[in-house]
Amino acid sequence: MVQLSWLMGLSAAIFAIGVAGFLIRRNILVMFMSIELMLNAVNLAFISLGSRLGTMDGQAIVFFVMTVAAAEAAVGLAVIISIFRNRETVHADDLTLLRW
Amino acid sequence: MSPVLFWFLATLSIVAALGVVVQRNPVHCLLALVLTLISIAVLFIGQDAVVVGFLQVIVYAGAIMVLFLFVIWLLNLRVETASTGRLAIKFLGAIGVAALLAELESFAMPARLQVKFSTTHAAGYGSIEALSQALFSQYLIAFEVTSVLLLVAVVGAVALARRSTAVEVQERAEQLARAEKAA
Repeated sequence: MVQLSWLMGLSAAIFAIGVAGFLIRRNILVMFMSIELMLNAVNLAFISLGSRLGTMDGQAIVFFVMTVAAAEAAVGLAVIISIFRNRETVHADDLTLLRW
Repeated sequence: MSPVLFWFLATLSIVAALGVVVQRNPVHCLLALVLTLISIAVLFIGQDAVVVGFLQVIVYAGAIMVLFLFVIWLLNLRVETASTGRLAIKFLGAIGVAALLAELESFAMPARLQVKFSTTHAAGYGSIEALSQALFSQYLIAFEVTSVLLLVAVVGAVALARRSTAVEVQERAEQLARAEKAA
């Protein structure tokens, strides 16, 4: 029998890896992938808790998270294309226009 | 779901997630991410969330990841040769992530989770019927707002990614001038 704490632990581990990727990597696209990783870790926690509670709420919320992730990916990638067209870079440290 | 399957999938997803962070080639990062998504989808299905698991494979690992792949190819990204970023940020980031992981893991202990555990589900749990029951009754407003969100995202993505008309006009004029010169 799979314990709930194992699933939550796995979810926490994947979330932490996503945070690490976001902080360590400087390629905007890979930072974006790290965000997807974090979203999926939270989805796993939702599904696990929903399954243990026997309700459909967790799955409904995961459905919404997927939709928001799709919208976020579309807009975010459009922003990245726009940045690349103007600045010829996808390196986050090169984008210092708003820095004082 | 048997514990053997769980540990296999857990190992696979963590190794693949580490691959996303470690790989130098963005396409390899993406493939590692797809592997993570698919192993998480199997974990969903193993917990009777069948529809969401299949949606995860089709929408997430299929559509969204192909969008990422298109952008990687469109930008023609090279493999990163040198280590990037400042060492101090990486160091502080690693400490912060370790603290976050410890905090999350202590929070995830079952003693803290006030959940009434159940291991058996009612018939039809996780089916498309049960999911749509929830979506079209309790979450109806959220569902409708989501459709508006998708519309906004589509329009916004097109507006952001297209060239401005001024640039298009200029490029067209340059093309015509080149054609006249050749003729």
